[in-house]
Amino acid sequence: MRPFLYQRATDPDMAVQALGAAAAANNPLTQATAQPLAGGTTLIDLMKLDVMRPTAIVDINPLAQGWSAIEPDGENLRLGALAKMSDVAVHDEIQRNYPVIANSLKLAASAQLRNMATLGGNVMQRTRCSYFRDVSYENCNKRNPGSGCAAMDGVNRMHAVLGVSDQCIATYPGDFAQALIALDATVEITGRSGSRSMPFAELHKMPGSSPDIETTLQPGELISAFTVSGRWPRSVYLKARDRQSYEFALSSAAIALDVQDGTIREARVALGGVATVPWRAREAEALLKGQRFDDGLAQRAADAAFADARGRRHNSFKIALGKRVVARALQQAVTMEI
Amino acid sequence: MTAAAPEPKANMGQPVPRYDAHSKVTGRATYASDMPLANPAYAFLVTSAIAKGRVDGFDLAEARAVRGVIDIVTHENAPKLKESKLFSNGGYAGTTIQPLKSPDIAHDGQIIAVVIAESYEAAREAANRVKVNYTVAAPSATFDSPGTTTAAAKGQNSQFKEDPKVGDFAKAFAAAEIQLTAAYDTPTQHHNPMELFTTSCAWIGDDLVIYEPSQYVHGLKNGVAEQLGIDADKVRVVNPYVGGGFGSRGSMTPRTAIIAGIARRLNRPIKLVATRDQGFTITTYRAETRHEIKLGASRDGKLVALRHEGAEVSSRPDAYCVGGTKTTTRLYACPNVDSLVSIVRADRNTPGFMRSPPEVPYLFALESAMDELAVKLDMDPVELRRINDTTNEPIGGKPYTSRSLMACFDEAAKAFGWSQRSSQPKSMAEGDWLIGYGCAATCYPTQMGPAAARVRLQRDGRTRVEIAGHEIGTGAYTVIAQTAAERLGVPLEKVAVFIGDSDLPPAPVAGGSNSTASTCSAVMMVCDQIRQRLFKAVMPDSLTDKAKETVGISQAPTTQAAKSNRPLDIEKAFDALGVSVVEEYGEWKPEGAPLDSFKAMHSGHVRLVGGHQMQDKIAYAFGAEFVEVRVNRFTHEIRCPRLVGAFAAGRIMNPRTARSQLMGGLIWGMSSALLEATEIDERNARYVNDNLADYLVPVNADVPGVEVILLSEQDDHINPAGAKGLGELANVGTNAAICNALYHATGQRIRKLPVRLENIEV
Repeated sequence: MRPFLYQRATDPDMAVQALGAAAAANNPLTQATAQPLAGGTTLIDLMKLDVMRPTAIVDINPLAQGWSAIEPDGENLRLGALAKMSDVAVHDEIQRNYPVIANSLKLAASAQLRNMATLGGNVMQRTRCSYFRDVSYENCNKRNPGSGCAAMDGVNRMHAVLGVSDQCIATYPGDFAQALIALDATVEITGRSGSRSMPFAELHKMPGSSPDIETTLQPGELISAFTVSGRWPRSVYLKARDRQSYEFALSSAAIALDVQDGTIREARVALGGVATVPWRAREAEALLKGQRFDDGLAQRAADAAFADARGRRHNSFKIALGKRVVARALQQAVTMEI
Repeated sequence: MTAAAPEPKANMGQPVPRYDAHSKVTGRATYASDMPLANPAYAFLVTSAIAKGRVDGFDLAEARAVRGVIDIVTHENAPKLKESKLFSNGGYAGTTIQPLKSPDIAHDGQIIAVVIAESYEAAREAANRVKVNYTVAAPSATFDSPGTTTAAAKGQNSQFKEDPKVGDFAKAFAAAEIQLTAAYDTPTQHHNPMELFTTSCAWIGDDLVIYEPSQYVHGLKNGVAEQLGIDADKVRVVNPYVGGGFGSRGSMTPRTAIIAGIARRLNRPIKLVATRDQGFTITTYRAETRHEIKLGASRDGKLVALRHEGAEVSSRPDAYCVGGTKTTTRLYACPNVDSLVSIVRADRNTPGFMRSPPEVPYLFALESAMDELAVKLDMDPVELRRINDTTNEPIGGKPYTSRSLMACFDEAAKAFGWSQRSSQPKSMAEGDWLIGYGCAATCYPTQMGPAAARVRLQRDGRTRVEIAGHEIGTGAYTVIAQTAAERLGVPLEKVAVFIGDSDLPPAPVAGGSNSTASTCSAVMMVCDQIRQRLFKAVMPDSLTDKAKETVGISQAPTTQAAKSNRPLDIEKAFDALGVSVVEEYGEWKPEGAPLDSFKAMHSGHVRLVGGHQMQDKIAYAFGAEFVEVRVNRFTHEIRCPRLVGAFAAGRIMNPRTARSQLMGGLIWGMSSALLEATEIDERNARYVNDNLADYLVPVNADVPGVEVILLSEQDDHINPAGAKGLGELANVGTNAAICNALYHATGQRIRKLPVRLENIEV
């Protein structure tokens, strides 16, 4: 860890000014010299590892009063970016009308981390790629652009099979983002020139030729809230992992369905643990929509979700695993009692 | 999960709470890096990013510019240190690879520089700013890597004297009605004790005090003295508590003498707290192993031929090996046995002891193969063990001092509900989960070594016991206090125990599960010396003679002679002696210990005896473990809801601490089957998952049910305490039991650890 200036932002303007002022425009946000601090569960970790080396930390926790509300109004949902993962996970109405959100949060990290971590920080969580997190490996295009990718032909069991490029195969590690992307959430962003909104699906960027650029956020911008239209009581989050708790997904599926009279009117399928970004499986959704559910349909949808998957030495198993997880999650969603 | 302390059965001590429980849960227990130092400087290690090659040069400008940096020590300016031989070769060191001696790099994460600064933060920052230029050579990572060399262990490792064999294996195997050949693999593993690898060194004139978590304070003291070229009496190692050892702290690592040398030059105390990832490369580890087992049996299940071939990875300079064939060739009755252990040299740090070093990998192979044989024979695997149970080991024909293996199987089977198991694989399920039951034997050699103790008894009954044992979380304080209280007839709360300090009378390494047997036997003997003095003061000669019998080291305190002497009035005896304090010192050695035992004890050399190396007998503790696994038919996730183990280990000094040890062992065993593996990037021979997020160990949710059954067993042929070590007993065999259960759940035999969900096909 290297010395840094600690600032405490008492209002959003102060926060975005402090963040925007210090960050040179041409910096990718991940390497900006000023970084916002919320729960700190990723940032502090990466600073200790010398992976992130900000010279200024802007503590945005004082903004929690305005930015941490959990507001389901019966039809729509608004979640403040500084709401704690643990508070949202146990919220009655979230559990009832958005089980995919509640469960994606409950199955993430540990109780201690969920008590610290915020929703906004969680979706910005950076990859757990071992080579990215260890600065003694030179070859990491994400950390050290143009240096190559040590994971490509290294130990890559945890790595992505979807959304990969020849520059980077690092997995997006979170759970909650899959729920958001499945539910077509909108993200609200506050910046120096005011606020804007965009589909959550447009927040993360696939690695392509510049894996160091991970999101479309601009320097000085902060996520202030997420919104979801409608209620999704028929939704599940299924997560397969090596341990029973406190472990990242090898494969996960966020599923939300609207089933009426046995016909799937609306289907949402998102994948975690297998892709470089929160992954929406629209091909699978298209297959499901308007159909009556059976196991064969679930299988075809799962196959479609992974049609473009590319495995490497240690992670090819994720393709077969991911398909089984999607099929099983679909079965669970169809048969759940609501 | 909560459970009351087990009720003591015959030949068990009381389940008194831990001596140090209160200190530990209130945070008052002081670990090595808690020790206050006057005006310390802080060290931070820089370790190599390559596994083979050399350092061409450093660019230290940026690092030196960090405010608070005092010095940066590299091979160019490091204190000169003498070499130390490998621990298993009669020395003290866990590796003979000495960092900072030259620019050469022999393994990943080798120490290449030490930054010294006014604060930990400055030292860390400067370490991050050190730039290194390397010449990189292509390293050999592990088995099958180009450039490795392989040779038989016999002849290159002084501890591995013989590949056990008896009869004519080849002929018997060829003629056997049932034959089984199978190969098994176990992975690299790291101990990862909770307490990091810290070292604090302070010089007071020519005297050096070292605060460091160590499983062998007398070994470390002598080893560091040897490396520094100073008198061992000038060195003191202190660690009243050690936050886990598991073998990683039994031998000296290079860091200690380096820090001591820098502290001497700087004339200032230095504190080093190595990081978690550095702990993967600056200490030892359990090397990966490979096995081939051949079993020949008659149709009725009697073993007629057994061959175990093992291969283990070690470093280029050191022929470390665990050689578990010494156990696997002796576990079952079999007239024709053959074995071979080989060492494969790669560009790795030297491996070392890790909880049940030989038994964990080697019994995985044998106990998996036994299950495979049971399947071939269509026989209950418990019955196969019963058919091949023996009272004498087959290699030399020596009798086991006691052996409750089948009693353990029967008790554990009953508690587990083994009779509910349907014999066919893939025949039990519940909801999304396939269910499998499996079992395996466990065993661990009974070992002890020479130990000394000093005991002081006051007129008011207050007792002070001094012995340089080690509290690595096992309950050493507790059982030593119990032993003294029982032997002197004083209340437990009046006994104060002092351990973890090389200024105290020496005890062996806290390794090989010898500690309880060794330290308690020594304490018993010295307590008897005190009793003898008191008897002499107040008793007529005739009774004194009788009391003398109780000094005899094979007498348990429950004998008639001891009972008759119980009414001794301590206060009266003190008055008769005319003193208020009696203090005795004594040195105890086990039967069959070598002649140089006491000399070696003082110079920090281990002289353990026991296991198969005893004269005319063989001593092991035994157990049986049963597990239930569940395999998700959709995700293939593997979970282990139940672990049940029954164990017999001679006298159980304290059923509470014993249960805790065995429970931890069962959990570790499960972990070694399903979770733990250090991943190696074979391109560069570097560890990849060198942290506790990626090196998986179980969380509470992974171990919902663990049951430990303690069997009553009396063994008068091992040591005065009558105790067999059990700290390393329970994590043996669990890995085989898990794979045997996975076979039952899925019909798929898995012979490579750890088992991941991608290895399951259902």
